[in-house]
Amino acid sequence: MAQAGPQADRPLSPHLQIYKPMLTTIMSILHRLTGMALYAGSLLVAWWLLAAASGPQYYNFVSGLADTIFGRIVLFAYTWALIHHMLGGIRHFIWDTGSGFELPTVELMARATIIGSLGLTALIWAVALTMTGGL
Amino acid sequence: MADMRTPLNKVRGLGSAREGADHFWRQRLTALANIPLTLFLVFTVIMLAGKDHATVTAYLGSSLVAIALLALVLSAMVHMRLGMQTVIEDYIHSEGLKVVCLILNTFFVILVGLSCVYAIVKLSLGA
Ligand code: HEM
Repeated sequence: MAQAGPQADRPLSPHLQIYKPMLTTIMSILHRLTGMALYAGSLLVAWWLLAAASGPQYYNFVSGLADTIFGRIVLFAYTWALIHHMLGGIRHFIWDTGSGFELPTVELMARATIIGSLGLTALIWAVALTMTGGL
Repeated sequence: MADMRTPLNKVRGLGSAREGADHFWRQRLTALANIPLTLFLVFTVIMLAGKDHATVTAYLGSSLVAIALLALVLSAMVHMRLGMQTVIEDYIHSEGLKVVCLILNTFFVILVGLSCVYAIVKLSLGA
């Protein structure tokens, strides 16, 4: 920092907290956070598969854990992270084609991503709970 | 002391890593594959929620399901490793710590991935 030299007097761009938080900023951060969450969540998938492979006793123990309130909250969060990250990824695909950079479109896609992810997650859980006989 | 070298001079000779396009391409390819494969996982978990162990193992071990799960594991492994690599490179600037984190990233992904593969193969062989 504060280095003397030819570049010292260049203007610096304002730091993060100067900017007004916007939906698009939040969506960008959420894509990264959900990616990180899915990274950690891969442990859950591995755990579930290993439990199934290791026998009825241990599998019943693990699916019992999944059935607790805490287990369900974790799984609900995992579902949302997955769906949100997937929709965010589709948004990236649209950008990768070179289109969708107009501000109204960007704003619209940000809204669609968050509303879509919450809606789809609710739908998935509604279907799952109906099929397994309610709460 | 002031560093009088120009920014261009500082990076000249370091060369490009020449891996950017490959990273990008594999990230997108696996992202694309992940869409149907993770939807399949969600569908599978819903189908199996609350079912007894025998039903679960019979389903997970059946050929098509096992192959789809293996494809998911492979695609997700590559994707999550590249994704975490980007995050590490964005936030960790000290060269030593960065290398350690990149190594741990690779080890974590391989460990989790191989655990899944082991379980899927075991289920397929009738665990
Ligand atoms: C479901 C389909 C998926 C799609 C369409 C998708 C798409 C993407 C895309 C396009 C990126 C790059 C974003 C960028 O360049 O800034 C990305 C980043 C990432 N993804 Fe995925 N992904 C999916 C599933 C997953 C899964 C299952 C995991 C983890 C197991 C995961 C973990 C990550 C991580 C850690 C990043 C890096 C985050 C970042 O750089 O901000 N993704 N994903």
